[in-house]
Amino acid sequence: MGQTITQKILARASGRDSVEPGEVIEAKIDVLMMHDVTSDMAIDILRNDFNNKIADKLKIVVVPDHYVPNKDIKSAALYKKLKQFVEEHEGKSNMVTYMVEGGDYGVCHEMLPEKGHIIPGQVITGGDSHTCEYGSGAAFSTGVGSTEAGNVLGMGELWFRVPETFKIEVTGEMPSNVMDKDLFLSVVGDIGVDGALYQAMEWCGPTIRKFSMDQRKTLANMAIEAGGKSGIIEPDEITKKYLLERLFEGELISRFSDEEIDYYKQQSGIRDFYGFDSLWNAIENTLKSDPDAEYSAVKKVDASGLEPLVAKPYLPANVAPASELGDIKIDQAYIGGCTGGKWEDFVAAAEVLKGNRIAKGVRLLIVPSTADIQRRLVKEGLYNTFMDAGGIFSAPTCGACLGGYMGILAAGEVAISSTNRNFRGRMGDPESFVYLSSPKTVAASAIAGCIKGAEK
Amino acid sequence: MKDKIQGKAYVVGNDIDTDVIIPARYLNTMDPAELGPHAMEDLDPKQYPVPFLNEDGSCDYKVIVAGKNFGCGSSREHAPMALAENIEAVVAESFARIYFRNSVNGGIILPLESTADLTDFVETGDQVEIDLSGSPHIEINGRLFDIKEFGPVKKIIEAGGLTAYNKKRLGL
Repeated sequence: MGQTITQKILARASGRDSVEPGEVIEAKIDVLMMHDVTSDMAIDILRNDFNNKIADKLKIVVVPDHYVPNKDIKSAALYKKLKQFVEEHEGKSNMVTYMVEGGDYGVCHEMLPEKGHIIPGQVITGGDSHTCEYGSGAAFSTGVGSTEAGNVLGMGELWFRVPETFKIEVTGEMPSNVMDKDLFLSVVGDIGVDGALYQAMEWCGPTIRKFSMDQRKTLANMAIEAGGKSGIIEPDEITKKYLLERLFEGELISRFSDEEIDYYKQQSGIRDFYGFDSLWNAIENTLKSDPDAEYSAVKKVDASGLEPLVAKPYLPANVAPASELGDIKIDQAYIGGCTGGKWEDFVAAAEVLKGNRIAKGVRLLIVPSTADIQRRLVKEGLYNTFMDAGGIFSAPTCGACLGGYMGILAAGEVAISSTNRNFRGRMGDPESFVYLSSPKTVAASAIAGCIKGAEK
Repeated sequence: MKDKIQGKAYVVGNDIDTDVIIPARYLNTMDPAELGPHAMEDLDPKQYPVPFLNEDGSCDYKVIVAGKNFGCGSSREHAPMALAENIEAVVAESFARIYFRNSVNGGIILPLESTADLTDFVETGDQVEIDLSGSPHIEINGRLFDIKEFGPVKKIIEAGGLTAYNKKRLGL
C-alpha cells in the first residue's frame, strides 16, 4: 500500500520506513513555535521538570502575537515572562525570536513562512491551533497544548496518532470575485466542523497547483475549522520560489538537518546533491502521495462554480452564499488575522475599496499580520487606499480576531471579518455576531454598510 | 487515575467550542484558580437556562456529558484547566483532537468517549456514575452505557499526564 505525503513525513520523523493511519508513534520535532498566550506553562515545565535544558537540535521560533503590544497588565506579565525565557536561552539553543522590541514582529502564522522557517518535510508543532497553516509549505504541522509544548521543549519529540488523509481535489478557475477563503468555506460548509476530525486535509488538483503561497496558507490554516489535525499541499515550484525569495540557497540548505539531507539522498538514490536544485528535485519527488495511497475520503470541487460565501454565527461551517443573506447591517468590518491579514488579502480588499468610502456607521479595521506587510502597504500605496476609504490601522496583532482587543464588539453588534472563527463571543460580547468571509467580501460589505458579496 | 466518579451531570450538545469553555478575554493568565470561575461562561443562556456555575462560583456537577466534537477550536489548555477546577471528567461522543490531547497530556481531567450520543438519555442534574475499573462504562438513571477504552494513550493517563510519563521514561 502506498503512503500519503503525511505518512511519509511522519515515517521519517519516527525513524520508520512507513506508518499506518491509526497507529501511535513518537515523532522527532523539527520546529516548535511559541507565542505569548500559551507558553507560560510550557516554560514552567521546562524549568521544573526538564532541568531547564532545551532538547538538542530542536529549533524554537518565538513569536509573541496574541496580546502584543501588551493589552493589559496581566498580558504584560505573560509577555515579560516570555521575554525572560528568551533572554535566558537565546544563543545557547537553536532559538530564533521575533519579539516586539525592534519592530520585526507579527502574527506567528505569517511570520514563520515569511522568514523562511517552513521547510518541506519537517515536523512542526506550535502552541496554537492554527499551526496547521504551515502545511501550506509542505511541512507536517499541527497545534499542541502548553503541556505538550513544554514536553517538546524538554524532549524534542511528541506522540502522534498517524492521521487518515482527507483529499480535496480542486479543478476549474475561480471567478474573479471568489477567493481562497470562499473555497475553504464551501468545503467546511459541506463536511461540517468535525468533517475531517483527526485527519490530514490534503489539497491537490490543478487549481491548487496554480495557487500562490498566500492562498495555500488560507486552506491549510483553516483545516482545524473542519476538525483537521493538519492541512498539507505537496511542494512545487511555487513553494520553492517562495522560499528562495526569502533565503539565499546556502541559508535555505542550512535549514535542513544532516539527517534530512541523507534521507533525501537515500530516497532519490543520489549520492551527492550538487547545488540547491538537485536537493529540491529530490524533495519534490519524495514528498508526494503515492498513486495507490489510501484516503479516508476524496472530495472534488469545481472552483469555477463558486460564489462569495459567508459563515454565519456561531460556526465556521454555518455557510451560505452572501447573496442569500438579506439585509444584515454591520457595525464592524475586520481585515486581519493569520487567515485574512496576509499581503494578498490586502491587495484584494484594496482593489474593492479603491476610490470608495465605507458606509456611515461602519468601523473598518485593518490589521496587517506582520510589520513587513505593514511596511509594504505603505511603500506600495495601499496604506492610503485604506485610510482614504475610512479604514483604521492597527499594529500587527491577533487582536480582535479572538476577542483580545483592538475592535471588541458590544452586545448586539455585527461584524464581517476575514478571520477564521465566529464562535459565540469570539470577537467580544457573547451576544455579538461574527460573519466570516473573504477580504474582498469584507471590503464590499464595508462600502455597502451591510453584508454584500464581492462583485466580479 | 481515579476509577470511579460519582455525581451530577451537566449536559451540553454538539460542537462545544473552546471560546465557550473559556473565553479569550481570560487568556491573559494560566493560573487555574483564576480560570476556574469562568468555565463555560459564554454558553448561550437561552439554550442552557441552568448555568454551569452557581452565582457564588461553586459547581454542583462532577461530569459534563456532551455530544460530538467537544472542545473544538483553539489549542488553549486553559480549557481543560478551567473545567478541571470544577469537574472530573467529560463524557462525549467525540472530542476535538487538541482538546482531547490536552486532557490526556495535561492529566488533570478525563476525556471519556462514549460509544453513542448519551445526551438523549441524561438531563442536567441527573446523578451519574462512571466506573473505569473493569470494562469502562457510565451508569445513567439505572442504565449502563459503554465508554471506549483509552488504547495506546492509557499509559500516559495512568502516569498522570505527559510530563510525568516522560519523566518516568527518562528517569528524571
